[in-house]
Amino acid sequence: MNYFDTSLEELHQKLVSKEMTVTELVKDTLDQIESDQKELNAYVTVDRDGALAQAKAIDEKGINADNLWAGIPVAVKDNIVTKDLKTTAASKMLENFTPIYDANVVEKLKANDVVIIGKTNMDEFAMGGSTETSFFGATKNPWDHTKVPGGSSGGSATTVSAGEVLASLGSDTGGSIRQPASFTGIVGVKPTYGRVSRYGLIAFGSSLDQIGPLTRSVRDNAALLNIIAGKDDRDMTSSDQPVDNFAAKIGQDLTGMKVALPKEYLGEGIDADVKKSVLDAAEIFKKLGATVDEVSLPHSKYGVAAYYIIGSSEASSNLQRFDGIRYGYRAEDVKSLEDVYVKTRSEGFGDEVKRRIMLGTYSLSAGFFDAYFKKAAQVRTLLINDFKEIFKEHDFIIGPTAPTPAFKLGAETADPTTMYMNDILTIPLNLAGLPAMSLPAGFSDGMPIGLQIIAKPFDEETMYQAGSAFEDATDFHKEVPGQGGQN
Amino acid sequence: MSENKQISASDVEHVAGLAKLKFNDQDLNKFTDQFGDILDLVNTLNEVDTDGVEPTFSVTDQINTMREDVAVNAHQKEELLKNAPDTENGFIRVPAIIDESEEG
Repeated sequence: MNYFDTSLEELHQKLVSKEMTVTELVKDTLDQIESDQKELNAYVTVDRDGALAQAKAIDEKGINADNLWAGIPVAVKDNIVTKDLKTTAASKMLENFTPIYDANVVEKLKANDVVIIGKTNMDEFAMGGSTETSFFGATKNPWDHTKVPGGSSGGSATTVSAGEVLASLGSDTGGSIRQPASFTGIVGVKPTYGRVSRYGLIAFGSSLDQIGPLTRSVRDNAALLNIIAGKDDRDMTSSDQPVDNFAAKIGQDLTGMKVALPKEYLGEGIDADVKKSVLDAAEIFKKLGATVDEVSLPHSKYGVAAYYIIGSSEASSNLQRFDGIRYGYRAEDVKSLEDVYVKTRSEGFGDEVKRRIMLGTYSLSAGFFDAYFKKAAQVRTLLINDFKEIFKEHDFIIGPTAPTPAFKLGAETADPTTMYMNDILTIPLNLAGLPAMSLPAGFSDGMPIGLQIIAKPFDEETMYQAGSAFEDATDFHKEVPGQGGQN
Repeated sequence: MSENKQISASDVEHVAGLAKLKFNDQDLNKFTDQFGDILDLVNTLNEVDTDGVEPTFSVTDQINTMREDVAVNAHQKEELLKNAPDTENGFIRVPAIIDESEEG
């Protein structure tokens, strides 16, 4: 089966009315995933036994008619730990690592009877924008199998885009949910920093990382964020801002709302078709009753530089724990403790992870801290102030998610700095901690283009309101990839 | 390629040492080139006047969340040790810390 011709509500009704059991749904889902896996490689681990056991338990106790997600299979990115289910972060370092606890978001999925179907492929330790740095091989874009799905949450995006599941969880440190959502024609949300607990997310850049949902529709996305958001005492940065209903404003019209369109987001390096899609989107928002003003984010062009210092510095610190002692890979034929550290890390990490560790170590090292880490943190303040200025007058911001549609597999792997520039439009929101969504807004040569909608901190309700209004007014989200990646 | 760059192979080796990484000669040259490119990118920050600007290290709205200082025993020793590469009698085993091949 695939999920193209069905909706969350429809499946829920079938499960409630017992027209279909959870076990049947999960079996069909697993069969489809396993038949696609060799070609798409969206998963590191497909958990057939675990998912069927969970399905059986839910069938036995019955479906809660008030819980839309009860019995629905969802995929989880492989840097989110799952008790007794291998979690690798797509690294040789954790190739055989089996966590002994569930991440907060996984606890919440299970408590809501959501079936964890498997663990999705990603760039190693979430470092990359194409899912090509995975130790387990690249994931392919369902729209064209010669192209990347984006990254780092490429597996989570591909499995939803290919219709294998209705929803997945990803993580976003610099665009890792939104950019793959854009490349694969689905909806991806990075919530406000602190909205979702990071407890059990394998840390990359701790001041930037957020877990969020990838779905086929804006409504499903809000419904999944409702489940996973909220204060958790085990992540001291998780916010105690109340979580009501992120879908509360969906359906309310946009009359009188003020939309900002930053001129830097349509400047140099932005593909012509991408630019056109965003300008068309601005016209649609006007038709929906909003006003659209050109604004400026003068420091946004420094976002990538600030991000690579801050994110890499935090990563170099977070990844010190991978030392070959307590868990994970340990190099063989080691004579001394120093040998254990150096050989383990040199053999266990891939090149991109090493580059980030190196840049971070350099930025934090004696004599360079002020010139790099502190400087980047100051630029971060200026960027945050740019956004504050815009939000004094505007309700939300629109722009492209990525400068281009999906590129060819292998096209950018040789040149790290070219790859880094893919995130130029998504990174500023991680630095500022703002909620942002990518949703389908056009096509270029048959490949999807994503529109980004950015809201004030903790104002996900407005982001979903704007996103669903746009979705209802357009047909881009109705397109699905063809068989065999022919679009 | 790297002559205009501000970092040498020996600088990269030094940083690798701090990060407990080691590169062979071929990888060292490749990394030095790439590291130079990355530094060129991040050095664009020098164009920004940040005099008197407070740095932002975190955007959380939570300040110093503390919990009770109470020890808990999760009774997970056996499970935790299953992930260790080498164990003996309930301990993690590592190679000798002191290099015994050298006197003194």
